Amino acid sequence: MESTNNLEKFQTIIDADTKIEPKDWMPEDYRKHLIRQISQHAHSEVIGMQPEGNWITRAPSLRAKLILLAKIQDEAGHGLYLYSACETLGISREELIDQLHTGKAKYSSIFNYPAVTWADIGAIGWLVDGAAIVNQISLQRTSYGPYSRAMIRICKEESFHQRQGYEIMGKLALGTPEQKEMAQDALNRWWWPSLMMFGPHDSDSPHSGKAMTWRIKRESNDVLRQRFIDKTVQQAEVIGLKIPDDKLKWNEAKGVYEHGEINWEEFNQVINGNGPLNKIRLANHISAHENGAWVREAANAYAAKQKKEVLVA
Amino acid sequence: MTKQEALFSYTLRLGDNALILGHRLSEWSSKGPLLEEDIAMTNMALDLIGRADAMLKYAAQVEGKGRTEDDLAYKRGERQFLCNLIVQLPNGDFGYTIARQLIMSAFDLCLYEELVKSKDETIAAISAKAVKEVKYHLKFATDWTLRLGDGTEESHQRIQKSFNDIWMYTGELFEMNEVDAILIKEGIAVDLNSLKARWKKIMTEVLLEATLTVPADAYMQTGSRKGVHTENLGYILAEMQYLQRAYPDAKW
Amino acid sequence: MSTKDSQGQLWEVFIQANPGIPHKHAGSVHATDKEMALQNARDLYTRRSEGTSIWVVLSAAIVASAPEDSGMLFDPSNDKPYRHPTFYVMPEGAKNI
Repeated sequence: MESTNNLEKFQTIIDADTKIEPKDWMPEDYRKHLIRQISQHAHSEVIGMQPEGNWITRAPSLRAKLILLAKIQDEAGHGLYLYSACETLGISREELIDQLHTGKAKYSSIFNYPAVTWADIGAIGWLVDGAAIVNQISLQRTSYGPYSRAMIRICKEESFHQRQGYEIMGKLALGTPEQKEMAQDALNRWWWPSLMMFGPHDSDSPHSGKAMTWRIKRESNDVLRQRFIDKTVQQAEVIGLKIPDDKLKWNEAKGVYEHGEINWEEFNQVINGNGPLNKIRLANHISAHENGAWVREAANAYAAKQKKEVLVA
Repeated sequence: MTKQEALFSYTLRLGDNALILGHRLSEWSSKGPLLEEDIAMTNMALDLIGRADAMLKYAAQVEGKGRTEDDLAYKRGERQFLCNLIVQLPNGDFGYTIARQLIMSAFDLCLYEELVKSKDETIAAISAKAVKEVKYHLKFATDWTLRLGDGTEESHQRIQKSFNDIWMYTGELFEMNEVDAILIKEGIAVDLNSLKARWKKIMTEVLLEATLTVPADAYMQTGSRKGVHTENLGYILAEMQYLQRAYPDAKW
Repeated sequence: MSTKDSQGQLWEVFIQANPGIPHKHAGSVHATDKEMALQNARDLYTRRSEGTSIWVVLSAAIVASAPEDSGMLFDPSNDKPYRHPTFYVMPEGAKNI
């Protein structure tokens, strides 16, 4: 039973902005919410390797290839940091992967869009990572210690991700007419899905209430989305690209950009499995997992033999 | 053949081997048996492509025709590449990739430990860096060979088959031509024959410890020294060079 | 960890960032054996030259204090200020002490 005493003590720790640690008492709902959020975050990092991985072998220069590889590797690393954070809540990585494969756990819908041209690698770094960073910076102050520590490490490492994407876009925008067109096209396709990454409007966000009280989430979807828009518009101007939103307008009084309405119908369709690549991304993950089964079995068997030998000796 | 031409060809050979092997390893992204191994595989790819970058930069400098390392990587055709056949082969399963990595890392260790003493300062410097990287790659490949060889019945059979299948591509690693002859005389290149015993010793030790059989040296495939490659190389280049070929005026 | 977990065991990673300073907890990795744990830790936690030395230890081998014992374990030292140099009053003018 969750006694009121425990609950009060828990909320006191939260309200004092002290971190909750794995062995501390926590409400079951807090644990569940964290597992859902952190695992979704971890899966997003891992599935997010696919659209970019699509271009590793085709990166147009050795420099670009090295950077892209290092970036994708970081994403694998960030997936691992987050899986570890999640595991401190009493769930194994095997279970987490299983939840991904059965569709019980989600990942960010943005990765169900295809990386069609090289400019998409620029757009993903600039916009998708840019949006993710806004969210992640906010999450560094999340109330669960292991999650917060993972976020701090991730933010530190990700600072180059957005820059490399923006650099690609800048080079293309200043390149040949074909390159510039490629860049604008990528911006056109990735802009709205990037805004959707922040989730539904605050008024329609089902999980936000408790997440804010428990300080898992520190700022609302709309606040974070607005922050992203405000900083990105200027960056687009600098490289001469146009944000694909006719309603985008600076509001002097509020000091923010007003923007057009997001296509929530598309958002819901992609979340519900009808995005361009939902099935393929998941099938790729499942097939890698299955193809690796004999390797993991072998490694476990080998380790068991080693242990036996130690005992005999 | 002048000394300069020989040096150009030699650095291309070293650079191309690193580039194409790195390319193959990079294909493991999102496909590893454990997420940790994904990172390990791409880490090796980064080391190799980094080495290719340095080696091709030097090749371009030696050639002295104003080409860059990217020109050499992205604008040469199949017949101009000088990498060994073994690095071009498709990855196969994880065990096959590990078998190739063991063979190549052991070979690279033997090679670069000698090239550290090369009279060519650039080659010596790149080699010094390569030795450190390759030692790690060899350790990685060795440990996985042990796990797979001495793991389950299935893994044992799989990796034994991989070594058996790939063995016919190992002879070519030690082939030499006029390029080697010229550069050995100059104290720049190493006599590949002198590496063979040590390479074989490393391979034998690892395979035996992994409860595997060292395949017999039977017929060996050949061709890369003359630019006659596997069919796979064309596809690798078609992918790798696509943007540079499709937009010849563009800078990236 | 369930027995069907094929992701290997969980290991905690400690990294020494520079010679002479203590190893600090960096995070964890999965691995089936100690060599793999060390290599995975190297690849995951020292990609940006963060380390000069790595320790890995099976997570299951760590004994941790329980949060509910923290009062018993740590509070008793709160009333022993005489263990700190600032507790002592030094005569004015005394040097090097």
